[in-house]
Amino acid sequence: MYDIAIIGAGVIGATIARNLSRYKVSVLVLEKNSDVGDETSCANSAIIHAGYDPHPGTLKAELNYPGHMMFTKVCEELDVELQRIGALTISTSEEESAKLRVLLDYGIRNGAQVEIIGQERLREIEPFVTKKAVEALWAPTSGIINPFELVVALMENAMDNGVELHLEEKVTGLRKENGSFRIETEKGSYQARVVINCAGVASGEINNLISERKEAIRPRKGEYYVLDHFPAPYVTHTLFSVPSAKGKGVLVSPTTHGNYLIGPSSEFTDSADDKGTDAPTLSQVREQAFRLVDEIPMQYVIREFSGLRAYHDSGDFVINSPVEGFINMLGIQSPGLASSPAIGERAVGMVGEIIPLEEKPDYNPRRRPLYRVNNLSLEQRKALIAKDPAFGQMVCRCEQVTKGEVVDCIRRNCGARSIKGVKKRVRPGFGKCQGGFCEPLIMEILSEELGIDRNRINYSNRGSFILMEKTKGEE
Amino acid sequence: MKRYDLVIIGAGAAGLAAAVEAYDRGIRSILLLEKDKYLGGILLQCIHNGFGLQEFREELSGPQYAQRFVDQLNERGIEYRVNSMVINITRDLQVHYSSLEEGYVEVQAKAIICSTGCSERTRGSIATPGTRPSGVLTAGLAQRYMNIDGYMAGKRVFILGSGDIGLIMARRLTLEGAKVLGVAEIMPTTSGLTRNIVQCLNDYGIPLYLHHTVKEIIGRDRVEKVVICPVDDNLQFIEGRDMVFDVDTVLLSVGLLPNNPLLEKIGVRLHPRSKGPLVDGNLQTSIPGIFACGNGLYVHDLVDKVSAEGRKAGRNAAAYINGTLAAAEAEFKVPAVGGEGHTLPEEGKFICIVCPRGCHLSVDENLNVTGNSCPRGKEYAINEVTNPTRTITSTVAISGGELHRLPVMTSSPIPKGKIFEVMQEIDKVRACAPVRIGDVIIRNVLGTGSDIIATRNILCGQSAG
Repeated sequence: MYDIAIIGAGVIGATIARNLSRYKVSVLVLEKNSDVGDETSCANSAIIHAGYDPHPGTLKAELNYPGHMMFTKVCEELDVELQRIGALTISTSEEESAKLRVLLDYGIRNGAQVEIIGQERLREIEPFVTKKAVEALWAPTSGIINPFELVVALMENAMDNGVELHLEEKVTGLRKENGSFRIETEKGSYQARVVINCAGVASGEINNLISERKEAIRPRKGEYYVLDHFPAPYVTHTLFSVPSAKGKGVLVSPTTHGNYLIGPSSEFTDSADDKGTDAPTLSQVREQAFRLVDEIPMQYVIREFSGLRAYHDSGDFVINSPVEGFINMLGIQSPGLASSPAIGERAVGMVGEIIPLEEKPDYNPRRRPLYRVNNLSLEQRKALIAKDPAFGQMVCRCEQVTKGEVVDCIRRNCGARSIKGVKKRVRPGFGKCQGGFCEPLIMEILSEELGIDRNRINYSNRGSFILMEKTKGEE
Repeated sequence: MKRYDLVIIGAGAAGLAAAVEAYDRGIRSILLLEKDKYLGGILLQCIHNGFGLQEFREELSGPQYAQRFVDQLNERGIEYRVNSMVINITRDLQVHYSSLEEGYVEVQAKAIICSTGCSERTRGSIATPGTRPSGVLTAGLAQRYMNIDGYMAGKRVFILGSGDIGLIMARRLTLEGAKVLGVAEIMPTTSGLTRNIVQCLNDYGIPLYLHHTVKEIIGRDRVEKVVICPVDDNLQFIEGRDMVFDVDTVLLSVGLLPNNPLLEKIGVRLHPRSKGPLVDGNLQTSIPGIFACGNGLYVHDLVDKVSAEGRKAGRNAAAYINGTLAAAEAEFKVPAVGGEGHTLPEEGKFICIVCPRGCHLSVDENLNVTGNSCPRGKEYAINEVTNPTRTITSTVAISGGELHRLPVMTSSPIPKGKIFEVMQEIDKVRACAPVRIGDVIIRNVLGTGSDIIATRNILCGQSAG
């Protein structure tokens, strides 16, 4: 019997797991995929929104600003990349300027730090903004984060503090049994006193396993372009269009690694498996991005991807407990990432009303920092290599990653088990060659570390194998 | 900081030739840096033949071709490092590299040659629509998995793009037992060499769909289907003409791009068309003393031309070091490199591969040839009809070696009809390290008079994985 079972290891599940790992309770996290943070948490704009967008009075408005401010501490403790580069919502017309003033009002009422700035200041802050821009809403606390690293770090730290993570266990049944919950998965059966539903796009289905009050979560897809990093100067802030009924609209933003994201689109889709991209949508994304910038260096496009937002018909986050001991985290779409630390606190409060939470004396909020060889000074780099020559051996030329870093990301708690797992943790495969050069090397390291043949290494989930049989019989 | 006259980055065809030439021009202080475990670059995975006709007047496999230059390097005692990736170069000609053996090293050069090669265009760079399963990979990556690591990357394969690597892989996969369902090329003409269209596709009955491209990739974890559709003259899909193929793999052979992050980082501008660095007629970049050559400069069609260009860079860098480099007389023009641009012959005709012209030939029952423009075409046509022969390249398993696969080829062409039988013989044998180029692995295979010979030196050692 676990005290708490968390269903779903995205940013919400991982945050709650980490927050609960501070207390003397047993926590189990069930994740259907082969890695944490493999759904919405790994396919989004990677923005810590500043809190001016949600309508005042909503749960989003309540949790966004405080949540996004908490990231300073979270990222410092967990060694996660965060840069508060600031966001500019760009107006190109009188009509849009009127909407900017609505946002300004929301921002002030939500407690966010926002101001409207005119042409001159705008161009000074962001020379790459479109010539059509007339003014902008400036939100200096808005940030960019490495979302892959964040979820891994949260779960790693939770596991360092005793949380159990079970991957590849999709929840198939949930019922109440003598005051506790019986959870059936593809692989086993578990008992827990409290269940927290953090299943994102699938959170409606989980709710419907146990609650009389049925909920529908509709996946809304966003498609993006990714540009490679390049040495020439380009956009240095997150540029947003004025929002519409469909959401915040297309943005152009640097990422924490100097790449650029352009997107997302926003269309409902029927399937929670729909991770595809299509040409018409992407061409609309490109067209809309030209409302923000006059030049997009499309020759640097290295990838397209899509992510699914977990949309609830209220348009808001829905955090409730329809059955005693069962807590729902529904509709956590944008600004869900930005709000996640505040959502995590809220969840702990709700759990505390059911189970007494007593702090562990040995709780450690910090995870062992990553090596980040590429960021080290020459002296530090040489010292590290002197300790372990694997930090001298480069495996990824585009992102300049060493073998030592790859091995480390496999050996940690919540370690990488797949090509994508390594990519999310230490970046080989994110560059121009998209794994063309480094994938065989990463595969070799995974195979050595996990003690399995290369043809059993997956790209990500079970079934996403890369190699088939050997060309010449068995050896 | 250690000092060298010349540091060469990348030991593929261009870098090897540059090193040898600079030495022969009197430069003795040379350091050649290679990121991989072996010298030779991508040539090592190109186990097919067809290299070296200009350089050596012989048809060599990629590893054989590379070894000729490695031998020249070793004869001269030129210093090199493997497992050494260059992290930075500076405008004042320092080179920083990181290696397993030496750690992080900074050296000062008087001249630098960048011969960093190219990378394949990926799915992301052409925005192929559909889902994101595994099993969508570049042809060159599949080639490496197959020829170096010894694994099949797919069993039912569709190939997007008629670039040479894709064509070569169509044949390799077929010889190793995979089913290649087709090759789609968005343009109305082929982009690879005609010889490869004939000997890699036509020989095996693999359909080539010109003016077609991928409309959608379908599959959740692994590729399940690919949808191919013809396009019109504006390259837009023609509605209602979708073809769906059940496949587990989609290979991309959609072009190569020069790789120059080191030069870009220090402000060398790129050529808008080739995407390589801008250089003058001496192959010198805008930074004095830094030269570029090979596929890192622009993508060449023949490795022999890469070697020739490497020599030019080596010669000029030597002159620069000696203070005798004359001002470039002319600007460097990126040659137009493209496919030979052929259309498909009508039913019953075939393409002549004797020269790049690509005549469409037909032969009647009395061996009268039509469609040829020269006597060589006639001879080719009659041979193709009466006694077609092919050189076969493959790999065999090897024990006790530093690698798991030994590349091999037939010592002389074998009858076309015997290809699969010979492949069965090749699959049965296992070589034992050490092996040297030219060692006979199977003598007089199936009585054809042709031997199966090794085309790479493999030493004894512990191989990974």
